[in-house]
Amino acid sequence: MNPRRSFAAGTGLFILLGFAALVFLATQTTSVANNYQGDTYTVTADFMNVGQLKVGAPVKMAGVRIGSVTAITLDQKSLLAQVTMAIGKRFNAIPADSSAAVFTSGLLGDQYIAVKPGSGINPDDPTGPPLVLHDGSQFIQVQSALQLEDLIGKFLVDGSPAKK
Amino acid sequence: MSAASGRRNWLLDGLAQVGDAGLFLPTLLAAIPRSLRHFRETVRQLWFVGAMSLTLIMVCGLFVGMVLALQLYYVLSIFGGTAATGTVVALAVYRELGPVVTALLFAGRAGTAITAEIGLMRATDQLSAMELMAVDPVAYVATPRFLAGVISMPLLCCVFCAMAIFGGHLVGVTWLGIDNGTFWSNMTASVNVWTDIVDGVLYKSLAFGAVVTLIAVHQGYTTPPTSEGVAYATTRTVVASSIAILALDFMLTAFLT
Repeated sequence: MNPRRSFAAGTGLFILLGFAALVFLATQTTSVANNYQGDTYTVTADFMNVGQLKVGAPVKMAGVRIGSVTAITLDQKSLLAQVTMAIGKRFNAIPADSSAAVFTSGLLGDQYIAVKPGSGINPDDPTGPPLVLHDGSQFIQVQSALQLEDLIGKFLVDGSPAKK
Repeated sequence: MSAASGRRNWLLDGLAQVGDAGLFLPTLLAAIPRSLRHFRETVRQLWFVGAMSLTLIMVCGLFVGMVLALQLYYVLSIFGGTAATGTVVALAVYRELGPVVTALLFAGRAGTAITAEIGLMRATDQLSAMELMAVDPVAYVATPRFLAGVISMPLLCCVFCAMAIFGGHLVGVTWLGIDNGTFWSNMTASVNVWTDIVDGVLYKSLAFGAVVTLIAVHQGYTTPPTSEGVAYATTRTVVASSIAILALDFMLTAFLT
């Protein structure tokens, strides 16, 4: 190989390596890595308070990521926070009476939605096939984010001995 | 000569250098179309300026990531927050350390080489000889080096950041025993691709690359044609680049956030 060719090849390799590093940084170390890949279906849940929950936060069941939060809006009528989630199509057997809760990962970690499975028993047909979540379903049972201020307030008011 | 006038000369001299370099930039940019005729020269400079700096950048990136993880682990363990080590390593490297350290190393490794090479061309009248042969020295010598610097800095910075993350992972997960999944999931939960990767890594390194190579090329191009002049110009490239990088870093951070 003549020297000019090897310059060009080395330079090409350098540029490829640089772009490979950029792709690694952008897709593996940022929130892009959390975007759920593949087909999803949409479910909603109304919370009294979502705390610090952000769009893109994970939705987990038994600690396993099954989807992500796609939108958080305030429902003007009920004055509740309406959270829209995209859940992977392959998780298609989640009982319809499961509950959703806003949890915090670790002491100072980010907040996520934890889904606790229900029984899925159809009240009209207890022996029939279980009811599962589908596109457009809504979580009936929800648990809002724990607010530190509320907890302190409760402790001060309810827990004080002076209130006897 | 009083001390006051000496200080004033120093100040005026510095200002004149900045202004002269600023005026040199349009000349460099205007020569880009003509320098494309010597595209091979730009590729050759990319090899010298970029690819040859790769080993240095990779080794330094690895050690920066390792030492950051080590320091942060002990500080964060006081608060029981060692799980955040990966996050803080990534944010510190992407936003500040990656672009700044890469640019400082780049000024020392490639900037000095550019200044010394062009300076020696000036001192041995090679640039005048080119002009006599109707070869534009700006388009053939200065602009390819400038382009190579501007292109290779973001690439080098990406490699530096990737190696720093690898180093942080090596110390944090392999050595100190942070859980692998926690390390990555906390990082991906907090790092934003636009504000951290694009604004931090790419914009900053592009700006630093342009400034460092502009200073290096300008210093070489305007060297007094003596051996002492070349030595002085090389030193000045490092000093001026370092100041420019750190000052520009502050301004870019203030504007980008």
